Amino acid sequence: MAYNSKSPWVIHYDASSCNGCDIEVLAALCPGFDVERFGIINTGNPKHADIFLVTGSVNEQNIKVVQEIYDQMLEPKAVVACGICACSGGVFHDCYNVLGGVDKAIPVDVYVPGCAVRPEAIIDGVVQAIGILDEKAKAMAQQKKGA
Amino acid sequence: MTTLATVLGIIAFAIAGPIIGCLLAGLDRIISARMQGRVGPPLLQPYYDVRKLFSKENASVNTSEHAYILFAFIFTLVAGGVFFSGGNLLLSVFLVTLSSLLFIVAAYSTRSPYSEVGAARETLQAMAYEPMLYLMCVAFFMASGWFDVAGVFFLDAPAITTAWLAFLGFLFVLTIKLRKSPFDISMSHHAHQEIVRGVTTEMSGPTLGLVEVMHWCENVLFMGWVAMFFIWSNPLSIILAIVVVLAVYFLEIWIDNNFARVKWQLMLKSAWLVALVAGGLNVAVLAYL
Repeated sequence: MAYNSKSPWVIHYDASSCNGCDIEVLAALCPGFDVERFGIINTGNPKHADIFLVTGSVNEQNIKVVQEIYDQMLEPKAVVACGICACSGGVFHDCYNVLGGVDKAIPVDVYVPGCAVRPEAIIDGVVQAIGILDEKAKAMAQQKKGA
Repeated sequence: MTTLATVLGIIAFAIAGPIIGCLLAGLDRIISARMQGRVGPPLLQPYYDVRKLFSKENASVNTSEHAYILFAFIFTLVAGGVFFSGGNLLLSVFLVTLSSLLFIVAAYSTRSPYSEVGAARETLQAMAYEPMLYLMCVAFFMASGWFDVAGVFFLDAPAITTAWLAFLGFLFVLTIKLRKSPFDISMSHHAHQEIVRGVTTEMSGPTLGLVEVMHWCENVLFMGWVAMFFIWSNPLSIILAIVVVLAVYFLEIWIDNNFARVKWQLMLKSAWLVALVAGGLNVAVLAYL
């Protein structure tokens, strides 16, 4: 049942990031880091994704979008907050329209700080999320057996 | 005898098709990655992907979508079985067409805007490649004297010697059938398209896994259509056919990585032009031979 960790498909959403973290997320796919070595694909479709990478803080405008994407993803799924804005709101934490980190909208599994977050840190965060995915898959399988 | 052979062929294809198709898909991803200066995933990555998809939560937007995909998959297996047991080439082509129609209906049934655009484009792709496929069958029949694929083993010279123009036309539409880059307008294998994932946007988990396995089987069948042009009574010709198939597959990957997507108008016009010139001319010449 360890296949979840061998093909973690990712969906990336820019909540209200300055694009610094987004560039780093996409850099992880480029030849320098090449995360496809681990089977990681950037899907762009929540229904195909296992890991939700969010960059930027959550505000009144996009909280519904973040929740909608999360709801459309199938179990098992994991959420990675990329960058300090996604973790806590960062330098924007006391802006009048900013609600805070992504955990204000959906349950977050891994927090990856940084401004901008480095590709190595993103890969590290995704690897931790893979572990969580495996645990959730195991729990799902046990639940299925029990039922 | 032929019924038994066909049934055995379908069973054999249901086992061997996904295995060979999976390896071809893995090879595709590694070669694509190397062409882009990356290392790429392991060879068995498509297998890992599908195993994961089958273990995901089973959620569908309606009750009919999975049934359409299941029957599209079954018809692909039957098409492959008919072809590889030496059966009728036309029947194999028609069954694949039926399978792709069910795939389109499955996309329409979800009633999602992205899926529907994908389905509409998939219909255009079917319109583009079908004429060339039929002309390819006719040219193959006129060159070999058989619609039955098993007939190639009695030929003195392979069908390619007289049907090479139709074969080149078939190579052109093969790029559309394989949904490779200049013609991947209905659904792209790569991340981010303007219509999300087109046809498969609403398909998820086990349904998407089945779609992947179906595409592996389809690819193996299409490679079989390539191979039949290079086989004659000499048993060594099978090795030649395998070499040609690998070369054609590499060519498709190269095209995929080097060309930008075209608009559907250009695809339709060029595919019909190729069908008329390559297919029509070849059939006309063979008619006078």
